[in-house]
Amino acid sequence: MKYVNHEEVAAKTKTRLTKNTLLKGVFAAATGFGLIVLAILLYRIVTQGSDYLSFEFFTSFASRIPENSGIKAAILGSVYLMLVVAPVSMFLGVGTAIYLEEYAKRNRFTNFIKVNISNLAGVPSVVFGLLGLTIFVRYFDLGISILAAGLTMSLLILPIIIVASQEAIRAVPNELREASFAMGATRWQTILRVVLPASIPGILTGSILALSRAIGETAPLVVIGIPTILMFTPDGIMSTFTALPMQIFDWTKRPQVEFHDVAAAGIIVLMGLLIIMNSIAVFIRNKYQKRY
Amino acid sequence: MTTIVKPEVKTAEKETVKKNKSSVYKTEQLNLWYGSNHALKNIDLDIKENEVTAIIGPSGCGKSTYIKTLNRMIETIPSVKTSGVINYRDKNIFDKEYQVEELRTKVGMVFQKPNPFPKSIYDNIAYGPRIHGIKNKKILDQIVEKSLRGAAIWDEVKDRLSENAYGLSGGQQQRICIARCLAIEPDVILMDEPTSALDPISTLKVEELVQDLKKDYSIIIVTHNMQQAARISDKTAFFLNGEVVEFDETDKIFSNPSDERTEDYISGRFG
Repeated sequence: MKYVNHEEVAAKTKTRLTKNTLLKGVFAAATGFGLIVLAILLYRIVTQGSDYLSFEFFTSFASRIPENSGIKAAILGSVYLMLVVAPVSMFLGVGTAIYLEEYAKRNRFTNFIKVNISNLAGVPSVVFGLLGLTIFVRYFDLGISILAAGLTMSLLILPIIIVASQEAIRAVPNELREASFAMGATRWQTILRVVLPASIPGILTGSILALSRAIGETAPLVVIGIPTILMFTPDGIMSTFTALPMQIFDWTKRPQVEFHDVAAAGIIVLMGLLIIMNSIAVFIRNKYQKRY
Repeated sequence: MTTIVKPEVKTAEKETVKKNKSSVYKTEQLNLWYGSNHALKNIDLDIKENEVTAIIGPSGCGKSTYIKTLNRMIETIPSVKTSGVINYRDKNIFDKEYQVEELRTKVGMVFQKPNPFPKSIYDNIAYGPRIHGIKNKKILDQIVEKSLRGAAIWDEVKDRLSENAYGLSGGQQQRICIARCLAIEPDVILMDEPTSALDPISTLKVEELVQDLKKDYSIIIVTHNMQQAARISDKTAFFLNGEVVEFDETDKIFSNPSDERTEDYISGRFG
């Protein structure tokens, strides 16, 4: 008794193959949709903004006249912002991930924390802006400063860094930890010499991607109320400042059409920065990736 | 002729050493539970120094659990509870004041699967001394060479100490792990089925190594392979369902066991 009727199977082969080809087309179209939208966006921004993209654009401050408008204050503001966000968010994020994965006992409470960190990553950035305004700007009286905005941004990207670092730490095989413990190493020595070297590519990649989110984020800055027209560069972390996305946002709001082109030039600069940061992340991942 | 002479020499050797031997590990009424699963039941074992003690038994009999209790590595599993006493050199390792890190610098361990660090061969061997605070490059160089020679792998790797240990074969990796364990100059070496992931030739090398190391170290080895236990050990403990059925001279266990279950197991009737 045979259960497989090969004639019937042969008869159905054609429909199965057609289905396969059809679906391949559908999935290709789905990919194509995103690519086309991205291409249109890039094309429009480049054609609009390239006229304004000159050396002066990088060296001048914002102005009422489109031709004289520059992005100097915004670029320096964003760089200063990153100087606060990067160390604060990475120290807190990696520290939290190390505690949760290596030190904390596995119980309901730590599970609860872990689940909620992932939930925090989904909280809208406006909410983090309100939090920053209430706590850092008002309560701690930091004012509309780089420090206040930097701490707010750090909170915003903290969950992303924690989750990425947790995953990187969890990917380190347990046998390596055991080998270290079995030689009398303390937990910290094991973390420093075994766990971190093996997980640093993942941690850095996640952190840089999180930082590039922070550099493009606008809503929290709007809520905190940082200015957009600034005729000086920041002189410290307590100074007020403006940032790239904020400046772009302001230009797009202006009634004069020319300013929209200036905004496009600003977007090119911002995207250039993002591409650089993401390339660094890819470079680090490829360079330090280790096989187990 | 030779077949008669050999065992005579062996026993003579044993008797001369026997008198001076003191215990490294004295286990008294050890019980261990994984949650509600009673994995080790009233274990009493007296393990002497400079001997190879083999622990045999079928899967799930508690032999790996027991060896991991000896350096308290079992505590990495959160649900584990223990009662009883394990005296290492006359001190109970379960005492609250007992520093587990200190115990593990004296009791090295070789695992079932070779687990070198994804570092250079040199850094693998120097890992233990470094965590114990040795920074002097010359001393580290000497430790690395001595340990690699001790693990009979120096000639194979001396020209590529800076290469990643992951590039070595499985058998070489396991001997690197043994060398790494020797680098902390332990008193006891615990081996948890060290050859189960290796091919026969690498297994032979590790077995020869164990025979060699016996002069300077006390070795406790868990093995699935009864021929291996018979070949390399001085004493053998047979574990079954979390209990020690029999613990005696290896020759006696394999030629004239006193318990029927031991005989059934070593003659291959089960397990």
